[in-house]
Amino acid sequence: MAKFNKKKDGDLPAVSTASLPDIVFMLLFFFMTVTVMKDSSLMVDNILPNASEIKKLEKKDRVIYIYVGKPTSQYQKVFGTEPKIQLNDKFANVSEVGDYILQERAKKPQELQNVLTTALKVDKNANMGLISDIKQQLREVNALKINYTTFEGDAFRNLQ
Amino acid sequence: MPRRGGPPEVNAGSMADIAFLLLIFFLVTTTIETDAGLDRMLPPMEPPEDNVVIKQKNIFTVNINKNGQLLVEEELLDLKNLRNAAMEFLDNGGDGTCNYCKGARDESSSDNPSKAIISLKNDRETKYSTYITVQNELVGAYNDLRNREAQRLFNRKFTEMEAEYLNPETPSSVREELKDKVKQIQDLFPQKLSEAQTSTN
Repeated sequence: MAKFNKKKDGDLPAVSTASLPDIVFMLLFFFMTVTVMKDSSLMVDNILPNASEIKKLEKKDRVIYIYVGKPTSQYQKVFGTEPKIQLNDKFANVSEVGDYILQERAKKPQELQNVLTTALKVDKNANMGLISDIKQQLREVNALKINYTTFEGDAFRNLQ
Repeated sequence: MPRRGGPPEVNAGSMADIAFLLLIFFLVTTTIETDAGLDRMLPPMEPPEDNVVIKQKNIFTVNINKNGQLLVEEELLDLKNLRNAAMEFLDNGGDGTCNYCKGARDESSSDNPSKAIISLKNDRETKYSTYITVQNELVGAYNDLRNREAQRLFNRKFTEMEAEYLNPETPSSVREELKDKVKQIQDLFPQKLSEAQTSTN
């Protein structure tokens, strides 16, 4: 009869790992959908000003970004401390902005090409002269819809 | 005696439920950050063909110098008072054709909100942050007036209506309905903000 009394007290059952792959896949899919790919690393200081009357920039696929600001400390030796324009991953001159917009526009699907917004992410210590030059460039390539990207907050804090 | 057959297995049937619970928890709690800012339209390159004559009294000039000081209608003005000054100008209704304006109806200020133009000029050395503050106040002046009219006509704020209209998650039936209302309010106070070329001196 001892043959059938196999179960003893304190016998540890094995945990089934059969569903572990499912969990891992689930996590993977979750991160895949949530993560937004950062397409360029910032090479300029980019502390945005505050504004209160803001509108959200919906639909990221319709936005072209232009960064402006002082080069960060590691680039200051080469590029100086004057505010520069960053397009994608490199510094650019004002004259290259127009070409960049046209290039980016050509990459987008046909139906979106007329509804693109240019988001200007400008450091709050930049001067308007550079911004005016950029705006002039944008007008030349007919990219008229722009968005001055800001943080949400009291606009008067900018002045301090 | 050596163990035969190994230990019994734990029921793993509920693992999927736990996993789904986690998934739903993360889906609900994560918000994907969106950028926000001031939307503006640049003037097209080619000037309009017919030369429209605009009366001087319908133009509200704002000049920003390189030190961030404001010259509004030829007078120095503190930035904090800009919003009110712009609202008074837009809401003036000088020729009496505007039946919703609550302004002073001053003959020497703007005729009608649809004719009133705000002209913004800045120096090349103006700081960007000052410029954004001025832009913010001018857009704020328009928004305040539009909110007032939306409150009167539809009993809710214009900025809320516009945000709901622009939100892609709003069902299209609601959007259609909002579209006309938003347009109606926008026509009451059309945003006419002109930015001339920057002065170099």
